[in-house]
Amino acid sequence: MPPTDTTPAVPAPEDDVPGVPLAKGAADPLPHGEAPGIRFEKVVKRFGGNVVLRELDFTVAPGERVTLIGPSGSGKTTILRLLMTLERVDGGIIRVGERPLSHMERGGRLVPANERHLHEMRKQIGMVFQQFNLFPNMNVLRNLTEGPVHVLGLSRDEAVERARGLLDMVGLADKIEAHPSQLSGGQQQRVAIARALAMRPKVLLLDEVTSALDPELVVGVQDLLRDIARQSDLTLLCVTHEMRFARDISDRVLMFDQGQIVEEGPPDQIFGEPRERRTRDFLQAVLAS
Amino acid sequence: MTWDWNYTGEILPDLLNGLRVTVVATLLGYAIALVLGLAWTLLQRTPSRLVNGTVRWAAEFIRSTPLLVQLFFVFYVLPSWGLTLGPLTAGIIGLGLHYSTYTAEVYRAGIDDVPRGQWEAATALNLPRRRVWLGVVLPQAVRRVVPTLGNYLIAMFKDSPLLLAVNVVELLGAAYQTGSRTLQFLEPITIVGVLFIAVSVLSSLLVRRLERRYATY
Repeated sequence: MPPTDTTPAVPAPEDDVPGVPLAKGAADPLPHGEAPGIRFEKVVKRFGGNVVLRELDFTVAPGERVTLIGPSGSGKTTILRLLMTLERVDGGIIRVGERPLSHMERGGRLVPANERHLHEMRKQIGMVFQQFNLFPNMNVLRNLTEGPVHVLGLSRDEAVERARGLLDMVGLADKIEAHPSQLSGGQQQRVAIARALAMRPKVLLLDEVTSALDPELVVGVQDLLRDIARQSDLTLLCVTHEMRFARDISDRVLMFDQGQIVEEGPPDQIFGEPRERRTRDFLQAVLAS
Repeated sequence: MTWDWNYTGEILPDLLNGLRVTVVATLLGYAIALVLGLAWTLLQRTPSRLVNGTVRWAAEFIRSTPLLVQLFFVFYVLPSWGLTLGPLTAGIIGLGLHYSTYTAEVYRAGIDDVPRGQWEAATALNLPRRRVWLGVVLPQAVRRVVPTLGNYLIAMFKDSPLLLAVNVVELLGAAYQTGSRTLQFLEPITIVGVLFIAVSVLSSLLVRRLERRYATY
């Protein structure tokens, strides 16, 4: 059973408390600057004969923080995976900023994107996974510097400095030499968040980032993400089953069912006075679990 | 028939020389098997189906034919195509080539074992293909298969007497020569067995140590 809104707000254990409040100013490790919006245009995604998304349309404004809620299998995670280019669309177009993500222009026509185009577009996007997916063969520092050095072309010193700033921010400065296997789930997820931010993305995707954590570690990670959301200009897309977190972090909530948006609105409205019956049923089921 | 210690002392230097050849052939063959096996595996994952299929077929062919036949091929057939190799070189190449098709399978299993989330995290970080393989996938895959690779070292060592067939005077060959000269086979052949056991046990211990070292990060 995933911990939900009903989880009492226990303070996180000592080793998992981040170094809040987040450092500001010259050494601010968070990405800033114009973030792109996102637009799904009639996006179709199938897995075999199973249609997960059918002609889905929606937009996310630049810098907007949007949470996707809904029952399992409703296509929420698929949306994030499409944005991270871990899956390919079967129809329609996804745009990030003004440029198509899933396609590229060739001779005035849109054709499916090649690896080079995807590589270019992915530079704007970062993702944090449910299972952390840290590289177990690298220590924390190398997990954080691998991308900046080999993708962004930072010097080793610059990458290390950036990593230190981020580890400070997530409260794990003392774990810089540790291997992922030596860290708790909460600590691993903090490192994974830092690793994603080290690439200075403009869009951050959070895929059920606290679902795999022990209940007592959930709050600490959520607090960290809330601070990051507030203090950065990121466009944020978040899939979660934690309704209070969704409420705290988002400007807008999209309720999904069977690959389509059932209802959308500001969190107060969705959680306070949902209009659609399916939303009410879903919220009730989640809160009761 | 009684054991002759004097005779044993006389022939031991020759046999140890043979053992040296055996060990050298095994280690060099193993190095070839490790590198070539990795090449087989990676060449089965190129974007070209033709390349993948050809390589898979070739590896399957080598794996399915006896090592002895391959040794004969390398030593006796290649010269007629203009490639003449000395016995030891031919033996090492044959041994390495044959076992490379096994290590290829081991690598493949190790690579398949790397969780999908690792590939996805590498994609999310936008790592270039080369870094994904060298930095993320291969280090994890190889670590998983160190024990199996180690066992193939021992298997190759035990297959090395086949090099006798292409005139390499390795351990068994040395024993055979000695025995033929004196017509006393008890001591040399027994010593061969003892030396094989000794080296195998030592290698096993070494492999176990490597295994323990690589079991955790």
